[in-house]
Amino acid sequence: MNKTSKMPRARNPATVFLICLFCVCALLGQFPAEAKEEQLVITGSSTMAPLVSEMGKRFESLHTGTRIDVQAGGSSRGIADVLNGLADIGMASRALKAQENDLYGVVIAHDGVTVILHSNNPIQALTDDQIKGIYIGVITNWKTVGGLDAPITVVNKAEGRSTLELFLHYFTLSNRDIKAHVVIGDNEQGIKTVAGNPHAIGYVSIGTAQYDATHGVPIRLLPLRNIPATLKTVREGTFPLSRPLTLVTKSSPAGLMKIFIDFARSSQVHDLILKQYFVPLQG
Amino acid sequence: MISSSSNISSRSKGDYLLSGTVRLLALMAGGLLLLVVSFLIHESWPALQHIGFWRFFSDPDWYPTEDSYQLTPMIWGTIWATAGSVLLASPLGILSALFCHFYAPPLLSRWYRRMVELLAGIPSVVFGFWGLVVLVPLIGRWHPPGPSLLAGILILTLMIIPTIMLVAHASIAHVPVAYIHSASALGLSRWSMIWHIILPTTKVGLLTGILLGLARALGETMAVLMVCGNVVRTPSHLFDPIRTLTANIALEMAYALGDHRAALFVSGLLLMGLVVLFVSMAEGLRHRNTYVATK
Repeated sequence: MNKTSKMPRARNPATVFLICLFCVCALLGQFPAEAKEEQLVITGSSTMAPLVSEMGKRFESLHTGTRIDVQAGGSSRGIADVLNGLADIGMASRALKAQENDLYGVVIAHDGVTVILHSNNPIQALTDDQIKGIYIGVITNWKTVGGLDAPITVVNKAEGRSTLELFLHYFTLSNRDIKAHVVIGDNEQGIKTVAGNPHAIGYVSIGTAQYDATHGVPIRLLPLRNIPATLKTVREGTFPLSRPLTLVTKSSPAGLMKIFIDFARSSQVHDLILKQYFVPLQG
Repeated sequence: MISSSSNISSRSKGDYLLSGTVRLLALMAGGLLLLVVSFLIHESWPALQHIGFWRFFSDPDWYPTEDSYQLTPMIWGTIWATAGSVLLASPLGILSALFCHFYAPPLLSRWYRRMVELLAGIPSVVFGFWGLVVLVPLIGRWHPPGPSLLAGILILTLMIIPTIMLVAHASIAHVPVAYIHSASALGLSRWSMIWHIILPTTKVGLLTGILLGLARALGETMAVLMVCGNVVRTPSHLFDPIRTLTANIALEMAYALGDHRAALFVSGLLLMGLVVLFVSMAEGLRHRNTYVATK
């Protein structure tokens, strides 16, 4: 090849201008969009998001000109978004903490967390101390608690999940103490993991677990302190490992916010709550 | 070599338009990468400032909500899973491409290739789901608990074989027919033709395929998240659970706040670093090999 066939080099001013234009466009591409209709932004707990999203759809169809925008991102994010003004209402699948006193929380339903085993596992019940012992790695074989001679597979939740928080709080553990063999993300993954391993133990939301157990997935929900893990005991508030599903606002709810929260607590949405295997306020 | 004034160095209006458009498109592709990297740096900046870069390697373990941010086990997890799957999938992919070209009868070859193409189109979450309900329990029966580095390697291998095989297939198809005819005329056996002529001439293509497979394995998230166990610990053998950098981001991002969130962006940044490292290693290897091949 000789010199004349060399490609011309890209150094003209037009190219430089285009580079700058491109970068500027990319940086400025985040203008807040203005909403024409009345809109509520609700963010938070991924446990609550599907439920609140269904409630939002029904609310929109009853109140024309409103838009309910629901985004999942975890209870902590829901509360942070309300504090930062990024969301009108936050969803928290736990009671408000002491340092969150300045926020307003309204319970719309309950959820329980249950310990699950594979249904081929002969164990019918475990005491709190036994469960704690299994999770901190003191008990490593089912033989120790009266089961088969098989190593226990401990299934734990990923950092930041409120199910994990509730579980740790109940058993007064720190995540550092737990000797897990498998770490999972959502409830469904936890159930699949336990259903695929006869020697596994895990914990998930009762709603999801009961739904799957009644639809042929081979898992068993363990009672806690002799109280069976059912929707009934959670509704009655007797099941020890349960949590309230809370809508959180920065100030006392007013206007559209109040209308929506009242709607979410009313009997108009009972069927939606039951459909998601949560427990409505009144029976 | 003949050149005249009307070759590509001279310009007409159309040329200007074309070169402008092409430059703009190239710029966008390059600019996008720079934007991604600068976004990663921007988002991980709080963590790099509050926590400091070295603590990601010197902290005792990974408990971000308790202010402990060790990432090394996840870097090892990522490297082992990727390396294992590339080591398994490369020979399998290349051998099946060779089988298709030189050993299989035409009808079988066509159907075989179509099936591999189909395999390439299966979404990763389906691989992950299959791994979770079939492969993991199988491994669990053999060596409990089941979710492990091995499961990750096997799933990733399945996912990248099609990439490696299809690229190898395409580059073997580009070997000049004259080479093959000459080899036959010289009375070479099929295997010595493959070993001495086909493989050396297609080296660049084969390495490109492996590189693409490697990039896919490195970036895979959902499938790995479902089968690897996700326990943050440096694996000591194949049956240990691992957590990869990608799985770490996917598992915790939805629930992360503040420094925890920024620390997850740091793991993204490290992943980007790993990609750059692997790609430049492969690039170096490729250049050395082409040099040897043309000499």
